Amino acid sequence: MHELSICQAMLTQVEEIAQREHASQVTRILIRIGPLSGVVPELLQQAFTIARAGSVAANAELETELQSIRVRCQQCGAECDAETNRLICCECGDFRTQLISGDELLLARVELTREPEEEGTGKD
Amino acid sequence: MCDTCGCNITDGNRHLIEEGGKHAHTDDGSVAVEVLQSLLSANDHQAAHNREHFDRHQLLAINLMSSPGSGKTRLLETTLDTIKKRYRMGVIEGDLETENDAQRIRQKGVEAVQITTGTACHLDAHLIHHALHQMNLDELDILFIENVGNLVCPASFDLGQHLNITLLSVTEGDDKPAKYPVIFRAADHVLITKSDLLAVLDDFNTEKAEQAVRHLAVEAPVTLISAKNGEGFETWLTWLDEQVQKQAERRAKGETTNPKLQTEGIHMHAHDTR
Repeated sequence: MHELSICQAMLTQVEEIAQREHASQVTRILIRIGPLSGVVPELLQQAFTIARAGSVAANAELETELQSIRVRCQQCGAECDAETNRLICCECGDFRTQLISGDELLLARVELTREPEEEGTGKD
Repeated sequence: MCDTCGCNITDGNRHLIEEGGKHAHTDDGSVAVEVLQSLLSANDHQAAHNREHFDRHQLLAINLMSSPGSGKTRLLETTLDTIKKRYRMGVIEGDLETENDAQRIRQKGVEAVQITTGTACHLDAHLIHHALHQMNLDELDILFIENVGNLVCPASFDLGQHLNITLLSVTEGDDKPAKYPVIFRAADHVLITKSDLLAVLDDFNTEKAEQAVRHLAVEAPVTLISAKNGEGFETWLTWLDEQVQKQAERRAKGETTNPKLQTEGIHMHAHDTR
């Protein structure tokens, strides 16, 4: 259950962004997760409902974009979809492939509401 | 180019999105800030700092990961006994509770710092940094970090180590790499431990276990090893010698190396989607 640690780290980043943007409230957080990141989106959602309390994201929704697993064969160059425990080349069967997608653990986007007096000013 | 997932953000245009938000308004008038950074960037930052420490002190840092009871401490005990005349070594021990493992290491005459995580199921870069303050890194050639026994969570946290070792004991079953792909994919060397028990465990197929590792696109060596009868130690220690040598060569050129996973993938995706 390392999802709570990861969730808290995410909220720290979100708090920093909200402060920099003079936001009063964060409405939505978008993250991108690959199955090979080792993080379970459902558990992260559960952790989020606990961790967000009292933060600037207390009313925010957390949205997860699950990334697909893709590999590129270092022998024949083919690109294939793959399974978490089967990352071999779908064309030549060689195991020496490189992961090109599927282990992401990214904060992609934060949507927030500005404090009224800061609206439209952009910079201080 | 795409304005929804952030794949068009580069270092050159990031400020347009972050300042003022004029390229990043949603339909309802709230502001959307594209970020595209690792959820673990604070940990990664600390890990990079730890790695700089290790490199500055010319030492090689190795992270050992496995499920509880697969023989990490036992492997270390025999390893330390065999090569402590050749290398100056230190150990950081991670456990939920007790000082037991650190005491076992100290009995070998080797410095050990115990981190007790309480309920936390993994070590992170900040915990390692605290432990480093209790060690004299100038007096070390190799630092072993024995992670919390857990085949899941430790794989997601960079500690600043140069290399990962993933252990699998023969009592756990040969399909573990297929069941826990993330941690085996991170391995720079897979050690199949307790090989002396194979004589009484006819249902563990070593070839099948290695094949499961290869299916994860892992080229790292897979070594059958027993701390009890010494099988595989020559291979393991020769590999260790090579890694110490490689670290010295990297340091001579001012270079370092990351463990196999972590941020490497993220940087690669950023390039690919640009």
